[in-house]
Amino acid sequence: MNVTEARAAVFAALFDIAPEVDGGSVGDDRDLRRAADLDSLDFLRLVESVARATGVDIPESDYSEVRTVGAMAHYLASHSGPDGSLANSGLIDERSWQR
Amino acid sequence: MPSLGADMTEGTVLEWLVKPGDRVRRGDRIAVVDTVKAAIDVESFEEGEVESLLVEPGATVPVGAPMAVLRAPGAVSPQRPVVRPAPRPSPVARHREKVREQDDERVARQRSDGGWVRATPLARRRADELGLHIGSLHGSGPEGAVVAADVVVQPRVAEQVKAPDRRSAMQAATAALMARSSREIPHYYLQDSIDLGPAAAWLAEHNAGQAVEERLVMSALLLAAVAQAASHHTDFNGFMGEGGYEPAPRVDLGVAVSLRQGGLVVAALRDAERMSVVEVMQATKGVAERARGGRLRSSELSVPTITVSNLGDRGVDVVHGVIYPPQVALVGFGRVSDRPLVVAHEVVARPSVIVTLAADHRVSDGHRGSLLLADIEELLQNPEAL
Repeated sequence: MNVTEARAAVFAALFDIAPEVDGGSVGDDRDLRRAADLDSLDFLRLVESVARATGVDIPESDYSEVRTVGAMAHYLASHSGPDGSLANSGLIDERSWQR
Repeated sequence: MPSLGADMTEGTVLEWLVKPGDRVRRGDRIAVVDTVKAAIDVESFEEGEVESLLVEPGATVPVGAPMAVLRAPGAVSPQRPVVRPAPRPSPVARHREKVREQDDERVARQRSDGGWVRATPLARRRADELGLHIGSLHGSGPEGAVVAADVVVQPRVAEQVKAPDRRSAMQAATAALMARSSREIPHYYLQDSIDLGPAAAWLAEHNAGQAVEERLVMSALLLAAVAQAASHHTDFNGFMGEGGYEPAPRVDLGVAVSLRQGGLVVAALRDAERMSVVEVMQATKGVAERARGGRLRSSELSVPTITVSNLGDRGVDVVHGVIYPPQVALVGFGRVSDRPLVVAHEVVARPSVIVTLAADHRVSDGHRGSLLLADIEELLQNPEAL
């Protein structure tokens, strides 16, 4: 999965949770939680949704690396295999991949 | 028609999810009801077979009016029990009684104006309970008599199901409730800082070993701690009514969910003091999703016994809340963030939160309030025991 595909996945997941948010106003570099008014539950839903869509599970300890849409897209792209398959972060749960 | 909020007086049936002949169990969804705030899935309070539906889709009935008739398992008609909401704490039930009495008065007055109508006693009783004028019903019985099956609430043609302007209706309802709170409840406020070092460490460890679906957020621990503490402090968990204060036998924890398009819905987590942290998390996730999708369940809209306002994610340090009548307390949490704390004579950076209590001074005082907050603090120092 490349960065463009990853970004699309993030926006799709975001739209599900915050349908009234305009992708343009969130942008690549703004703090995602602030820009889209996400609370901790919303953010968790986003991480879940993105994990289902991309197979990449972002552990809590890496939350600081995914503060913006751009950062999250890069993280997802770099943690997924070349064919877009399951990443090797060591914390992937088989169940979440199969869902 | 169950009471789905302290200020609710009537509801509109949007859709029936069961039909005569269906078996229902306690907790099964049987109808979708529209209130001023949202569409709610009403769950059955009883078990049995659906015998008849008394309200047509689109029709509005007052809180307390029967919606359907269920035949209890093994029971034989005709003396069948009418579905009624489960008994509620008396101040809320008394408010509903008052609403029904007013309806009864209206029906009685109409009767004295109209002529004599042929109708069976059961039909008259049903019409009474539904607030219908017996003379307005078409009779399908012998010589045009109105029988029980004719007593159905029809939608009023003039007021077809119009899409309510939910947001302004919700704002109006919230405004009225908050104004009443300000008028009637003598509030006092207490505040405390809680060291969340142990809780944050426990949470990080728990989450590191779990799939993303099993992850917990700090709010779940905060809510669980409040529910458990409240179950031991009866002055803060109950209802204030005209007859005085009545402590509640269990903790139905109110959780304020902000809606994306604006507005606030308070959903109740029933029996929260019995829930584990994981159960609190699942319940909160479910409630947040359903609240935002506009489809809460009736059990979640029962009046909470105490409410928590968790504005931690919004970036404020302290919440000074307003109590939702007829409750007598509101616990507020600000942002969980690293703050300088003194631990073992040294200044260290520790995650912490500021908890506040707004309470009704007619029922409790600062001393008892501080005991409640101290309990919440202590529970959060032992997260594994929550």
